[in-house]
Amino acid sequence: MNWNWLLPEPVSTFGSEIDSIYYLILVITGIIFVLVEVALVVFMVKYRHREGRRAEYSHGSTRLELVWTVVPFVLVMVIAWMSMRVWLEAKVADGHAPADALSIRVAAKQFEWNVTYPGPDERLDTADDFVKTNQLHLPVGRAVRIELTSDDVIHSFFLPEFRVKQDAVPGMTIGVWFEATTAGEYELACAELCGLGHYSMNASVTVHESEAFQSWVSEEGGQTPAVETPAPPDTSAADLEAASTTPPSGEDHSSHQPASDGKERA
Amino acid sequence: MRRSLEAMALALLFAAASACGGGGDADTGGEVATDEEVGPAVSPDSAATVTGVVNFTGTAPPGEPIDMSEEPTCAEKHPDGATTEQVVAGDGTLGNVFVYVKDGLGSRTFPTSSEPVTLDQDGCVYHPHILAIQTGQDLVVKNSDGILHNINTQPTVNQGFNVSQPVAMETTRTFASPEVMIPVKCDVHGWMEAFIGVQSHPYMAVTSTDGTFRLENLPPGTYTIEAWHQRYGTQTQTVTVAAQGSGEVTFEYSADMAGRPVPMGEPIDLHDHGSDQRVAHAGR
Amino acid sequence: MSTVPVEVGHPSVQHWAEPGHRDDRSFLRKYVFATDHKVIGAQFLFMSLFFLLVGGALAMLIRWQLGWPGTPIPGGAILGEAKAPGGIILPEFYNSLVTMHGTFMIFFAIMPLLVGVFGNWLIPLHVGAADMAFPRLNMASFWTAVPAGLIMLSSFFVTGGASAAGWTGYAPLSAVPEYSGVYLGQKLWCISLIVLGFASLMGAVNYITTIVNMRAPGMTWMRLPLPIWSLFITAILVLLAIPVLTGALILLLFDQTIGTTFFLPPDGGQPLMWQHLFWYFGHPEVYILILPAMGIVSEVLSNGSRKPIFGYRFMVYATIAIAFLGWVVWGHHMFQSGMNPYLGATFMTSTMIIAVPSAIKVFNWLGTMYRGNIHFHVPMMNAIAFVAMFVIGGLSGVFMASTPVDIYIHDTYFIVAHIHYVLFGGSLFAIFAGIYYWYPKFFGRLMSPLLGKIHFGLTFVFYNLVFFPMHNLGLDGMMRRIYDPNQYEFLQPLQPVNTLISVSALLLGAAQLIFIFNFVWSLKAGKKAPANPWNANSLEWTLPSPPPHGNFTTMPTVYRGPYEYSAPDRETDFWPQSEPPGTRTGGRREEVHA
Repeated sequence: MNWNWLLPEPVSTFGSEIDSIYYLILVITGIIFVLVEVALVVFMVKYRHREGRRAEYSHGSTRLELVWTVVPFVLVMVIAWMSMRVWLEAKVADGHAPADALSIRVAAKQFEWNVTYPGPDERLDTADDFVKTNQLHLPVGRAVRIELTSDDVIHSFFLPEFRVKQDAVPGMTIGVWFEATTAGEYELACAELCGLGHYSMNASVTVHESEAFQSWVSEEGGQTPAVETPAPPDTSAADLEAASTTPPSGEDHSSHQPASDGKERA
Repeated sequence: MRRSLEAMALALLFAAASACGGGGDADTGGEVATDEEVGPAVSPDSAATVTGVVNFTGTAPPGEPIDMSEEPTCAEKHPDGATTEQVVAGDGTLGNVFVYVKDGLGSRTFPTSSEPVTLDQDGCVYHPHILAIQTGQDLVVKNSDGILHNINTQPTVNQGFNVSQPVAMETTRTFASPEVMIPVKCDVHGWMEAFIGVQSHPYMAVTSTDGTFRLENLPPGTYTIEAWHQRYGTQTQTVTVAAQGSGEVTFEYSADMAGRPVPMGEPIDLHDHGSDQRVAHAGR
Repeated sequence: MSTVPVEVGHPSVQHWAEPGHRDDRSFLRKYVFATDHKVIGAQFLFMSLFFLLVGGALAMLIRWQLGWPGTPIPGGAILGEAKAPGGIILPEFYNSLVTMHGTFMIFFAIMPLLVGVFGNWLIPLHVGAADMAFPRLNMASFWTAVPAGLIMLSSFFVTGGASAAGWTGYAPLSAVPEYSGVYLGQKLWCISLIVLGFASLMGAVNYITTIVNMRAPGMTWMRLPLPIWSLFITAILVLLAIPVLTGALILLLFDQTIGTTFFLPPDGGQPLMWQHLFWYFGHPEVYILILPAMGIVSEVLSNGSRKPIFGYRFMVYATIAIAFLGWVVWGHHMFQSGMNPYLGATFMTSTMIIAVPSAIKVFNWLGTMYRGNIHFHVPMMNAIAFVAMFVIGGLSGVFMASTPVDIYIHDTYFIVAHIHYVLFGGSLFAIFAGIYYWYPKFFGRLMSPLLGKIHFGLTFVFYNLVFFPMHNLGLDGMMRRIYDPNQYEFLQPLQPVNTLISVSALLLGAAQLIFIFNFVWSLKAGKKAPANPWNANSLEWTLPSPPPHGNFTTMPTVYRGPYEYSAPDRETDFWPQSEPPGTRTGGRREEVHA
């Protein structure tokens, strides 16, 4: 546990840019904090009541008011200005994610993350797609573009070390992008209250070196998934029912997956 | 004017106080049936038995492998890997078939067994996969894994429950009404599935791999026996048994029956809120 | 400051307190269905303090689970099998706890304490009126709030328990019982807040009318004590924001009951719309929760420093600016929600700007103490603590106002730290200051200063031990509303901090017993309070403690502002607002505080 207000090491490309804004704010607010609190303590000591003391009969100073209106205004505008570019770059996937980013679909549901990988052809919705539950595998040094959806309530896709957080909203497909800089094992957390299992909605995140990632993909791509492919989002209830009775694309389903939502089983 | 305002305010107070009455404890899934004042138990000199077997022709589809790597505590309990249990077949026979007396008992009532029925979560799999229980009988759900499971029952007739077990513990619930079948799932481990059949009488059985079942201590009479399988649907047979007699029933399932819709009441669509009516009916 | 009295309009029919006039009202009319604003203020006080304890108790349960996850609570069997079998809190009950803690604290404790108690106590007396413009509406406001509170409490006892979707009630979790496991409880939550909304609206109408129309002669706008300015602006915020919440709650209730899909996607509903509606109310709401507190702090700081408030006009302008800007910042709660990121940019800008008027206020408070003659009476200690803590809360807000930084800290304990620094470190300390300050006036007794100082000291220390480390927890990535952070490997090292916080929280809770004891005991056994124990200037201090029904025997005339402390050429260092000009000595000096 850090008592020192430093952030954990970032492992994404825009992570360190976000961190710089944080540290800028930390320095500015830190200085103000120290100045104000010290002033407060000094005033309490210096101007405490003593026998014979009288307070100064002053109603204020318009000049000072202007000073401490303008200075904070300038400071916050600087912070806002510097934040703007980093924000748009990190959040607006369309136009900021590189064109060759790897597409992965993540569907959040109570209480797991179903990740659809595009398979060796690196295109989603093709025959070699496969689904893993609660396992996010990523290549290092390559941009990834996540299509984030939710099957039920609002969840939030939170990768702390990557400085990525995006709410997964049912009825919306939201683009999230980032590029991992360091291979390793991390965790994916859900950061929006989503029910009784909210605290347990963690997934493992593995960032592979590029060859390792390719071999993982071909290895996994050969196996039949053991869990249902999540129904595509943005469909009405009728479409969802129809979808549950048609075999999902890409796998040879000799038997029908049990729908875990109580729908009619065929 | 002032007096009537006072009276109105007092009336409002009383109304508010009395309106706070409703709602009960969420301990049970419904009222517990008493087992003292019911119909006479079947006496041994008239008890009959129905036995039978569920046959299965064709090749049973293999169980699908379950990837438990996200949950090491459970993955460790399946060193050879886990598979789904939807079709459990023996040599020409079918297991995990819920067999029960659907009709023929008339208006008789039967004492509820005081023995609890246990549903265990072990290795992130429900044991047993198919469960038979009487109305009012205690269902003890056990968490043998010590990790978070939630037991999410989704009946359409009964009042369901969705309760979590964050640690190794036991939770007891009951069902008040007959229902075939109540799906049970865990939202934390999406592959977990079980089905519970509830009847007010005790004449139920779940076949094991050898496909046999035995319904004992029946009053003599003519009965409709139904078999239910989650993949292959339902079948019924009629049988007549005399006092101290026995009857035999055979069900024939085959692998090409997959795809029959399995009746379980109205399908539950979580996005359809007209179906909240069932909640209203259950007296919440 | 002009001392020529200015006629500002006739007050409406007054029930001036006449000596010898027999008060023959029944007990019921005087103390239960009271129309006297002072009694109603006390009623709100007792109700809100009760709910403050309820909210605090819920917090103790939350901290128990976080400090010692999965450990049975001693005596926990009382909670029942559905919530805490064997005393172990279930995750679904934990979600209810965090939801109801927030709901009770915000809606039934802080808001009625600031707006219901101090609005009622102070407005008529500070403007020089005999009572509120609409005394019976005032009574209706209280007696609407009570059923709302009872409905909210009752939701714990229905099948499925109380709401578990967060005090923010995000749909679809809040709209679909199957998702949350809460059935009737969620509907009761909506109904309770709808009812409470009406109570708030009734109060707001009353406050605005009274302040605008019933000021005594000479009480110009710029001579109003700052609590009144704050309450006036707050009442306008209430009037405009509450109906939005009420509307949103009705839509949610429809989704829960009659099959509409306002917030449910498959048939065209939009979860984000709930968030927009809720936060459009929610952001002005948090200013409702802080502006009256700031007004109280200004009052007490000036009095304790024996010095005029620094920059009265700027304080007023800053209050108006905060209220005005508060309407265009709601999206900062939704930066990561899926809302168009370009909107995030605009909301960031407005949110950054709103830091400025708050900064002005803080500097003005410092300016008030500068070269003052500071008496550390108990209200003053609490008011100074407000300044110190509000600075932290406000500065932490700058981090989350920056949208890229918010990516990391949204929905973490950094936010929880911020919330509690402004609501507890801010509002609650101000409330303590206000209670210690005005208790003598309204209950006619002095609270024990010794117990007050001990309560303050312990509260201050333990409060910071509880909430300051939460900044660090958030920076390490610990999410909000998490039943057991140990599920995540990266959070496991934080457990000792959570345990430390929980121990401090239990001690913080225990320290409040001192306040409760002091409050209750002093009602009967406290020293009788003189009219003006703090040597203050506003109109209530010219009346006996407690003031009679009808307050003023003759209509007061106001000659100056309320912060004329330490004026030169005066024997005393205070100058009551209604003291006629030309009286050099004016007012008996009554030193009371330890």
